Amino acid sequence: MLYFSKIKILIIYLIIFFLTVCAVLNLVNNKENFFLSKKINLGLDLQGGSYLLLEVDSKPIINKNLQQKLIELRKQLKDNKIKYLKLTQSKESINLLLENSYIEKFKIFFVSDDNNINFYYNNYRSHEMEYSIQENNIIIKYSKFGLIETKNSALDQSLEIVRRRIDEVGTKEPTIIKRGSDRILIELPGLDDPNRIKKLLGKTANLAFRLVSEDEDAFGSEQLTFENSEEKLNVSKRIIVSGDNLVNAKPSIDNQTNRAIVSFTFDRVGAKKFGRATTDSVGKRLAIVLDNKIVSSPQIREPILGGNGQITGDFTFQSATDLALLLRSGALPAPLKIIEERTVGPDLGEDSIKAGAISLIIGFILVIIFMLYKYRLLGIIANLALITNLILLIGILTLLEATLTLPGIAGIILTVGMAVDANVLIFERIKEELKIEKSTIHAFDTGYKKAQSAVLDANITTLISAVILFFLGSGPVKGFAVTLGIGIVTTLFSAYFFARHLSSYYAMKNKDKRIIL
Amino acid sequence: MMQLSKNINFSNYYKKMNFISVILICLSILVILIKGLNLGVDFKGGTLIEIRTENDKVSISEIRQSLLKMNLGDVTVKKFGKENDYLVKIEINNTEDPSFIESINKKLNNDLGSSVNFRRVENVGPKVSNELLRAGLIAISLSLAAMLIYIWIRFEWQFSLGAILALIHDVVITVGIFSFLSYEVNLSIVAAVLTIVGYSMNDTVVIFDRIRENLKKYSNISISDISNKSTNETLSRTLITSITTLLALFAIFIFGGAILKGFSFAMIVGVIIGTYSSIFVATPILKYTNVTQKTILKEEN
Repeated sequence: MLYFSKIKILIIYLIIFFLTVCAVLNLVNNKENFFLSKKINLGLDLQGGSYLLLEVDSKPIINKNLQQKLIELRKQLKDNKIKYLKLTQSKESINLLLENSYIEKFKIFFVSDDNNINFYYNNYRSHEMEYSIQENNIIIKYSKFGLIETKNSALDQSLEIVRRRIDEVGTKEPTIIKRGSDRILIELPGLDDPNRIKKLLGKTANLAFRLVSEDEDAFGSEQLTFENSEEKLNVSKRIIVSGDNLVNAKPSIDNQTNRAIVSFTFDRVGAKKFGRATTDSVGKRLAIVLDNKIVSSPQIREPILGGNGQITGDFTFQSATDLALLLRSGALPAPLKIIEERTVGPDLGEDSIKAGAISLIIGFILVIIFMLYKYRLLGIIANLALITNLILLIGILTLLEATLTLPGIAGIILTVGMAVDANVLIFERIKEELKIEKSTIHAFDTGYKKAQSAVLDANITTLISAVILFFLGSGPVKGFAVTLGIGIVTTLFSAYFFARHLSSYYAMKNKDKRIIL
Repeated sequence: MMQLSKNINFSNYYKKMNFISVILICLSILVILIKGLNLGVDFKGGTLIEIRTENDKVSISEIRQSLLKMNLGDVTVKKFGKENDYLVKIEINNTEDPSFIESINKKLNNDLGSSVNFRRVENVGPKVSNELLRAGLIAISLSLAAMLIYIWIRFEWQFSLGAILALIHDVVITVGIFSFLSYEVNLSIVAAVLTIVGYSMNDTVVIFDRIRENLKKYSNISISDISNKSTNETLSRTLITSITTLLALFAIFIFGGAILKGFSFAMIVGVIIGTYSSIFVATPILKYTNVTQKTILKEEN
């Protein structure tokens, strides 16, 4: 066990040297070079920032899609000469009451390629919709894969809109990723007040220009309240132009009233529609509706043909800026719910780093003193191994560009405490061997050999815990699993290669002396 | 300091210690059942806010009074770390209203007559907290199962049984102590429990390893004597490793800041109990299940 070939020694020290260089990279300030720019990332709990978990509520989308499908179905049933008795929609299904004689025809129609209600997914080998028949009542629902696809596309769209909104606010290096089938995870490092972003993400931003209807109109109307007051207005359900037709929106100050407004530009289609509607409705009141709340309801004094307009309302400059931002980045396909928020202020992060560093240093010194006291000369070897271990651990974390969290620092400190175990196991074994054996070298050799299985077993058990924690833990706790797990690997390396090499050197030097541990 | 006698007759104390362990486990289960666990927002949902007030004349009851006026359900306020730092736990979570946190901040600023800095906010909805709780329980069960299987592969079933009983012993008593002291159980406590499982296992395996070695060597010594011999031979390693680990943990506990207090406390308790259980829970099981040299040699063939 004590013999090392030259090449092996070279490899051991090359690895140590390489990882030491990696560890030092944390002090190098270089952002361009692929290798030199490597650093340990600080987790949100250490650098401050916000973590948000959003959930896409897909129910409104399903409802909306079914509405459209219903209209299309009505038309196509007519085209295909399938007579129905009743066609209604509930939240999750379309109910179709057919005469018995038409059921077979419907079955063929429903899976045929040329109906554009029921899409066929080649990759899933499944249709978008499925139906069940109870007597002559047919219930049409999304199939399992139809639901997956609908949720996926809602999630993709939402992700894009969320990204645009956050980019517009301009925070540094945000992380925005999908989580599962209906969630979006956002990490905003360095952000100490997430309130604005939370508000921006909480809005669907469905903008619609509608008319205030004094009397009943053909499209039906509904009572809507104003955003900033309890006042209510009867608003037509017909949408003249929606936010989809906006090409630009920006905040500005109205010269006359000196109040904040949002000015916008329609695309060509929008401008045309808006022009026509305002021409027909001079004298009436327009309702600018955002997420089913009235923002303002100006009177149409003259036709607006240029495609430019402005929204006046009860705005501060900040809220006008935010509304313009929302309009520019587009409407979310479905409402987003924030289901988890974790925010750490930057000063707490700094305090945590300090506390972590202090406890690491103190823990380290205590362990070193104890090992020196306990093992004297061999203690120096154990301590050198411990220092090497720590450098290797930091080196690997840097190489992986891992994220260091507060629990992660705790994991490093714990590694310091537990890492000496490998050497303790070996030294205790050597001690026993020295009592029986005559030769120092032989005692060291047998000590290492016999301790091996215990060292391995002992470390693998901790590694199992770390791996489970890594896969099931979240955020900061994952950081703990990472440092603990890598710590075990570096511990084994530094004990069985580095410290063993030092020990063999020590044993050779003292081969004729009687060593007492 | 550690020049302990190398001939402690551990097996003489097995019965007594097992009795104590059984009582401790029963007490722990009783406390957990009666008193329940003080689950943090991670597992129960709700809102946790760490605040720092600029004005040092603010009292806990003022903060509580101010919050109670907002109808936030159950509100707890306690000191946290340094002077002027408080931890506020609010029963309800309102993740859906994006200005919820802001409104609390405004209210406190007004009522306390001091600028209130929100240093940390954790707002966890009921869906997420349920998922986290489930993930935590799965993680702990999975690690116990993994240890069971690992020991089974490396040793014989008797060893596996001893190790797993020791682990359950450690986990139950640690959780029991948390319940008794009403300390908060959150994600980092689950991390601590998993690490305890790993550590305690580590300790047990070292003794088992030696027992197996000695069983092979001596055919005519009883398992009690083998256990004694092996425990004595590994005792100084057991103690030294426990001490260095505890040194590191105490450094975290004392200097690591308020956030790591719960974690390091759980680990300290776990390391002490884990060390004890390796000697007095795991090893006695080998005696009770009549492990002999044959048990080991059967495995070899």
